Amino acid sequence: MNSSQRLPRREAIKWLFAASATLAMLDWRSFGMPAVAAKGYGLDPNLLETYNPGDLWPLTLTEAQRRTATALGDLIIPADNKSPAASELHVVDFIDEWISAPYPEQQQHREIILNGLAWIENESAKRFKKTFAELGEREQQAIADEICFAPKAAPELQTAARFFALFRNLTTGGFYSTPAGWKDIGYVGNVALQKFDGPPPEVLKHVGLL
Amino acid sequence: MPFIPNSKTEPVYDVIVVGSGAAGGQTAYVLAAAGVKVLMLEAGRRYDPVSETPMFNTNHHAPLRGAATPDKPFGFFDATVGGGWRVPGEPYITKRSGSDAWVEASATDVGARQNFMWWRPRMLGGRTNHWGRFSFRMGEYDFKPRRRDGLGMDWPFEYKDLAPYYDKVERLIGVFGSNEGLENTPNSSPGVLLPPPKPRAYELLAKKAGATLGIPVIPSHVAILSQAQDHERIPKWLHPHSPAAQRALADNMKTRLACMWATNCVRGCAIKANYQSTTVHLPPALATGNLDIITDAMVREVSVNAEGRATGVFYVDKKTRTDLHVKARAVVLAAGGCESARILLNSKSAHFGNGLANSSGKVGRYLMDTVGSGLGGQIPALENAPIHNEDGAMTMHMYMPWGKYREQLAGKLDFPRGYHIEFGGGRTMPDAGTFFGLEGFTGGSYGRKMKADLRRYYGSFVYFAGRGEMIPNDDCYCELDPDQKDTWGIPVLRFHWKWSEHEERQAAHMQKTIAEIIEAMGGRVTSPPQLDGKRAIFPGGSIIHEVGTTCLGSDPEHSVLNPFCQAWDVKNLFVTDGGPFVSNADKNPTLTIMANAWRATDYLLEEMRKGNI
Repeated sequence: MNSSQRLPRREAIKWLFAASATLAMLDWRSFGMPAVAAKGYGLDPNLLETYNPGDLWPLTLTEAQRRTATALGDLIIPADNKSPAASELHVVDFIDEWISAPYPEQQQHREIILNGLAWIENESAKRFKKTFAELGEREQQAIADEICFAPKAAPELQTAARFFALFRNLTTGGFYSTPAGWKDIGYVGNVALQKFDGPPPEVLKHVGLL
Repeated sequence: MPFIPNSKTEPVYDVIVVGSGAAGGQTAYVLAAAGVKVLMLEAGRRYDPVSETPMFNTNHHAPLRGAATPDKPFGFFDATVGGGWRVPGEPYITKRSGSDAWVEASATDVGARQNFMWWRPRMLGGRTNHWGRFSFRMGEYDFKPRRRDGLGMDWPFEYKDLAPYYDKVERLIGVFGSNEGLENTPNSSPGVLLPPPKPRAYELLAKKAGATLGIPVIPSHVAILSQAQDHERIPKWLHPHSPAAQRALADNMKTRLACMWATNCVRGCAIKANYQSTTVHLPPALATGNLDIITDAMVREVSVNAEGRATGVFYVDKKTRTDLHVKARAVVLAAGGCESARILLNSKSAHFGNGLANSSGKVGRYLMDTVGSGLGGQIPALENAPIHNEDGAMTMHMYMPWGKYREQLAGKLDFPRGYHIEFGGGRTMPDAGTFFGLEGFTGGSYGRKMKADLRRYYGSFVYFAGRGEMIPNDDCYCELDPDQKDTWGIPVLRFHWKWSEHEERQAAHMQKTIAEIIEAMGGRVTSPPQLDGKRAIFPGGSIIHEVGTTCLGSDPEHSVLNPFCQAWDVKNLFVTDGGPFVSNADKNPTLTIMANAWRATDYLLEEMRKGNI
């Protein structure tokens, strides 16, 4: 196919390889969560419609889980002078849509995310006798710092670290794929142009070509 | 003549064309322009890019932010309808690596574990609606590879025989690019190509790095209108003797707008700025009044008479599950390499017990794909770049053609055939996976630190994909499965596949070379280069360049088709898709499929005029 524009085929294959990698890390016993029984959007969905989480398949997260996920999302993407916090862009809705989707990749993520949210709450209660959402930023960081980077996490925290990496991936995916996220990182495309001028002089200068 | 229901077919057509993609579209276009009455049968649904393409729709309004799923393996907005790596009710059979058992191909268990992958849409226009639009000519060496290195097979004609048809196709569909005069990388005739868009920053960096490594980095050739086509001159040049054809083509060309440098071609194009059969071939062919199209028509068999001549085709109307028959003076199969072979193998009769046009036993044989392997890099020079729009044509403006022909001929490389490198990256529209796995660069940051890190790294990644020539071998072929049938009652294909060391060594070389390019750009690879070719190479079929299975040749004992894609055994039967290929150069096959189809169709028209068909 033909193809490479950011190479969709490559993307697809990369995706599939990522799926098998996820499978290998699934060493955590599920809490007996119900399997997703819904159907996917099929091979001929309407591409022109606007879709919102919950439109295509039922969502999963309980109110308590949403609170945990929202707090963790805001720890990962807090507001700053360039863009809002994850919660202002409803990133938790996207994560809920993702882990509720009836596809193998997402079903694996569902297990990791639900178990991980439970682990976070468990840790929060054990260490601070509060829910994660009730913790101050420093307390939340105390938990996150131990699991935010798998290569440096303790052996017994590897599973939690893998959860954190996935949750961070989903949070960034949900955040930066919105117009506010585009603005933050400087994606200014998807607009019709009369002609394509190539990089402006300041870019050529920046990369050392001028 | 238009889209018709099954009840409105003519008693006898001049020609039936099976398939509506690059080959079917091209074949039907040439026939209809010449005044011949054509019926096109398409297995998928009717599809209209003008009203159905999600042009500016953004990921945050798509399910899962547009991410790839088994339903949409190339992402939600990909144009493919009704298929992908699986078509419901229409399985195919293959093996998993490390196992000898035949299994039904899975929709999800692809990647490294399935020996062969087969991408099929079920829609008008077929794969042309979503393809990458890369349009490279095969060169002189590519038509005579055996003459050059003793391996594989030669085509029964030369580059110069196809060159005029490359010019015609490029003028018809519109291709941007440049003439660089490089070895075995043919120039188009003057004035044929449209101007290429300007390179992006990362493409210029790659060009600079390529210069230090002796790797050319030149404008790519892509079937996208970088400017509007000349609708006054091109129709006259293409159809000098037919004012009606000129009018039909000019009218359609006027409706095609130049690229607006936004929204990805894999979605299709509502303004018709790129080539897809549904916006370029079919509208003018329909406008001549000489083309009927039936969709949801699954062809299962070519019918033959007592003299062994084709009389028409049997097809299943998928909506009513009824079996129907239509008649014609000639039949052209353009269903896609493997699907056309399947129809021939399923067309068994007293005359042709082994399948139609198969006295050589070669139908299904010499199946090829393109060698694929890739590697990503992160380029510090691109970090924190000033904000700018890099969408462009949403595909590569530059690529790296193969240039080491002399080293290969001198035996300095351990693999005989070449590859080109495609690349992309930079400041693309963020989707669900844009920052997946970035912790290797950020050290696992989160919070305000991570936000700053992502601003730094966004746009600094480039991915390189090697695309190389595979040499046909005896171990790669498709045949009918002895037991399994699809939901329409038609026996399905099973695929035998084995890469040879030629391809595996080439894939390892791609990895090594790409790592050198990334290093020369001052970057670092995002994963170590895979120097074990068996692991570096993607599964067969995954590049979706499957060709072969109805090979051309100069003698009926060793080939299915004559040099004009006419079946040796059945003179009013032709195959014009990728099936006739006997080599699969690293030049993506679609442009050659169209040029070869045009040449074959001219011959068919001439034979009809002479009364031979």
